[in-house]
Amino acid sequence: MNPRLYGLIAEFDSPAAILRAAEKVRDAGFRRWDVFSPFPIHGLEKVMGFKNSLVGWFALVFGGSAFIGSMLMIWYMNDYSYPILVGGKPMFSPPQALVPSYILLVLSSAVGAFVGMVVMNRFPRLYHPLFKNNRFALVSRDKFFLVIETADPKFSETETRALLESAGSAHIELAVE
Amino acid sequence: MADSVTQLESLVPPRELRRGPQAPYQRGLGWLTDHLTAMPEGKTPRWWWVLFVPAAFCAAVVLPTMLIYLISTGVGVWGNNQPVAWGWGIINFVWWVGVAHAGTLISAMLFLTRQHWRTAIGRAAETMTVFAVMMAGIYPAIHVGRVWWAWWLFPIPLTTDMWPQFRSPLMWDVFAVNTYLIVSTLFWYMGLIPDLALLRDRAKTRVRKFLYGLFALGWTGSARQWHNYEKAYLVLSGLATLLVFTVSSIVGMDFATAQLAGWHETIFPFYFVAGAVFCGFGMVLVLLIPLRKWCHLEDIITLRHIDRVCKMTLMMGCIMGYIYAMEYFIAWYSGSPYDAWVFGHRLFGHYYWFGGWIMIGVNALLPQLFWIKKVRQNLALIFVIAVLINIGMWFERFVIIVGSLYQDFLPANWHAFYPTWVDAGTYLGTLGVFFTMYLLFVRFLPMVAVSEVKSITPQADPHHPLGGAKGGRP
Repeated sequence: MNPRLYGLIAEFDSPAAILRAAEKVRDAGFRRWDVFSPFPIHGLEKVMGFKNSLVGWFALVFGGSAFIGSMLMIWYMNDYSYPILVGGKPMFSPPQALVPSYILLVLSSAVGAFVGMVVMNRFPRLYHPLFKNNRFALVSRDKFFLVIETADPKFSETETRALLESAGSAHIELAVE
Repeated sequence: MADSVTQLESLVPPRELRRGPQAPYQRGLGWLTDHLTAMPEGKTPRWWWVLFVPAAFCAAVVLPTMLIYLISTGVGVWGNNQPVAWGWGIINFVWWVGVAHAGTLISAMLFLTRQHWRTAIGRAAETMTVFAVMMAGIYPAIHVGRVWWAWWLFPIPLTTDMWPQFRSPLMWDVFAVNTYLIVSTLFWYMGLIPDLALLRDRAKTRVRKFLYGLFALGWTGSARQWHNYEKAYLVLSGLATLLVFTVSSIVGMDFATAQLAGWHETIFPFYFVAGAVFCGFGMVLVLLIPLRKWCHLEDIITLRHIDRVCKMTLMMGCIMGYIYAMEYFIAWYSGSPYDAWVFGHRLFGHYYWFGGWIMIGVNALLPQLFWIKKVRQNLALIFVIAVLINIGMWFERFVIIVGSLYQDFLPANWHAFYPTWVDAGTYLGTLGVFFTMYLLFVRFLPMVAVSEVKSITPQADPHHPLGGAKGGRP
């Protein structure tokens, strides 16, 4: 049985070349494609039409709920469950509870940002079809790759290859699942 | 892969369009990658073993011995007693927390302010942060005396319904230090993910491929991943920046809330933050100056980087000088005889007068040498100054803690403080653990953030001729 195809993988030499190629692929109307690079290429998110990443919302929700939860926790512990009078100070006052709550806000927002990154990127995903491709190992070094998946409705092996060639790719290979 | 050194001179844009380079990396991306992964992938050099063996001895033998002796016998094996109930344990705690701060400042604050040069030293400094906070955390935990009850510090439901007392800054400190450890570790690890993927892609053996691959979480470097990653990195650096100001502030409040002359000062939170960052820059220089030579990173961590860190150290040194002066001014202006007594005795006292002179001489005056460019270029001299800064900052905490405590309000209570060999051994042990972990990091992980350094080169900019724009070729 032939292995299932994953997509066409095109290699580029410079960030500008792959940015131009990405514009072409977008204009051709492809949907299931991605660009791989050793570092973030700025301007690519506009070309690929990314919306604002949801990671920030993860941080906000985690941090906000931790802050409210922590204020409630301190009120419950020091005022409701087991009140102890210390130096005539009020059992609960927001200014003093603010500091530990703020610390927990920072902690939870940071955890939220990390969890958001992991969830949005669908980590941990230790297997990827592209890892089978030998040239793809250079993606973390100095090469740039554009991959169009066979799952894309517009995918056609010959035409897509011609498009990537016209975009200036030096090497185009088929990647298997 | 034959682009070891790329000749780029002919592609430089005309003079009127040129901006001063943030980092002078006139090298190809491949060269940078090979060079920066040489240490984790190469053979273990001899200097590494020479440093590792004694450090590991301190970590594996000295520290456990001291801790077991301390916990099995009691805090009395330290020099602490009444009235000096906080001795080296708290001095070392504050010192280690301080060392940590520069790493966060470099990696988070300089990221937010778009100081691209930080990429070369950010990883090394961040690692210092993570390990230094770990060392700091040891001290309060063993200082509580009955270590087996240290878990009472956390809000855990008990049948007794007893809860932590959240009005106390000591309680805030527990949260602040643990938060600092977790946040800086997350920040550090997230920055490592692309580089772990790089090491996975380059791995020659199955074990390396498996381990680096496991921790790289399946990073492919796709634009979607970078998009989420950059957002998370931005959020985390914003939060870590908050911690630069928070953690040492709260450590300062531990002191400031006490009714003790020499501690009861509103300037303390700011004072401790400034001192922490200052001390941390000293440690950054101590670590980087030898490592850049031994790991052959002179082209990456250039003299310009060292120069900039020196300038930041100088700035912090000036702030320290201002704070010391302000402290004396407040002591005089307050009119409190106790304050005047304590501050007078810091310089002309019975026992620890030398501490005050070391503190002012080393922390406020010595960094003024960095005004001179020749000094900022002289690595040996910078190294000596940086070591002295670390010692000076240790003495600052000694002056604040022991110097304020040993002469109580009641002269009958006065008692001098002498450290014991267990005090010294514990400090040596934590230094050993720190350097052991740092050496393991240098050996197995890239000391410089490879993907970040590559991202600031002109070859990485799609709108620069070297990045392929306008017919240019990399």
